[in-house]
Amino acid sequence: MDAWRETVGDALSANVYFGAVASIFCYGIGVYLQKRYRFILFNPILIGIILVVVLLKVFRIDFASYDEGASHLNYLLTPATVALAIPLYKQFEALKKNWKVTLASICVGVLANCAVVYITAKLFDLERVYYVTCLTKSITTAIGMGVTEELGGDVTIAVVMIILSGICGAVFGEKTLKLFHVTDPMAQGLAIGTASHAIGTSKALEMGETVGASSGLAIVVTGVLTVVLAPFFAGLIG
Amino acid sequence: MKYLRQIGVILLVSFIAELVRLLIPAPIPASIYGLIILFLCLQFRIVKLESIEETGNFLLAIMPLLFVPPTVGLIDKWQSLRSIAAPAVLLIIFGTLATMVATGAAAQFFLRRQDRGNR
Repeated sequence: MDAWRETVGDALSANVYFGAVASIFCYGIGVYLQKRYRFILFNPILIGIILVVVLLKVFRIDFASYDEGASHLNYLLTPATVALAIPLYKQFEALKKNWKVTLASICVGVLANCAVVYITAKLFDLERVYYVTCLTKSITTAIGMGVTEELGGDVTIAVVMIILSGICGAVFGEKTLKLFHVTDPMAQGLAIGTASHAIGTSKALEMGETVGASSGLAIVVTGVLTVVLAPFFAGLIG
Repeated sequence: MKYLRQIGVILLVSFIAELVRLLIPAPIPASIYGLIILFLCLQFRIVKLESIEETGNFLLAIMPLLFVPPTVGLIDKWQSLRSIAAPAVLLIIFGTLATMVATGAAAQFFLRRQDRGNR
């Protein structure tokens, strides 16, 4: 049994297409499960990640060998984010008309995020380094890394927090918003983008063009606002 | 040729965005500059929507998949959360959803008030 597993594992590790094929296949199973059963945890990203991790563990494949093929998918992340300009352009008239609402509600979101982090930090008596690290959890990864570093936080933890927050938003966002009667597509998009950056936005795009466009806009505005506001909140715990 | 031109335009914008990132000393990633550059190009008719639309929409459609590999890469890093496990989990789940509900409720409230004002 073990010898067999090792042989398969070695064959998979050596194949440059393995990483990409495994990712697409596992993600595809997630898409199928989501369509077939309307269970909240059957989210394609979540299922994709879990199945890939299980696959790597079962066949004892190290991340580097997987990433050799899979990193070609990450390569497309920048172009895909650039493409968010398309829904933004199409919906721009509506967003422009509501620019005050957009700005005001994203401000509320950024402040709420910082306040929640501050309260949690006080409750758990967190050290400053962890507190400032958590402040950046709702902005897009690259901005979050930069801000965390500037504030004297732990960049590795920041990345984990940011990505997991994004996935949480993508998985539970739609249901949570429905539960709290946030039904307006623009409000939904702003909410998802402000709380869970690009990962949430990838889900928002599936909910509709208006939701996707306002979520995409929220990533940019939230990022900039956090760059400005986070240092002030960071100063609250010395 | 159509798709080649479309991906060419999107990659060119990404390429320019990387250059911009090198020039501006702020913690902002190339993807954000690229988004803004492409948006401005569309707005000022430098790039026509037709010359990027299908490929752009394809990239948007596969976007969730693109987050799978970087997250799998966190397996070795989950350990780093151990020292703050309880507050981290709380913040990741409830912090994120609280931020989301606050933003959404505020936006909806402001939108409705604005609509009433216009009527």
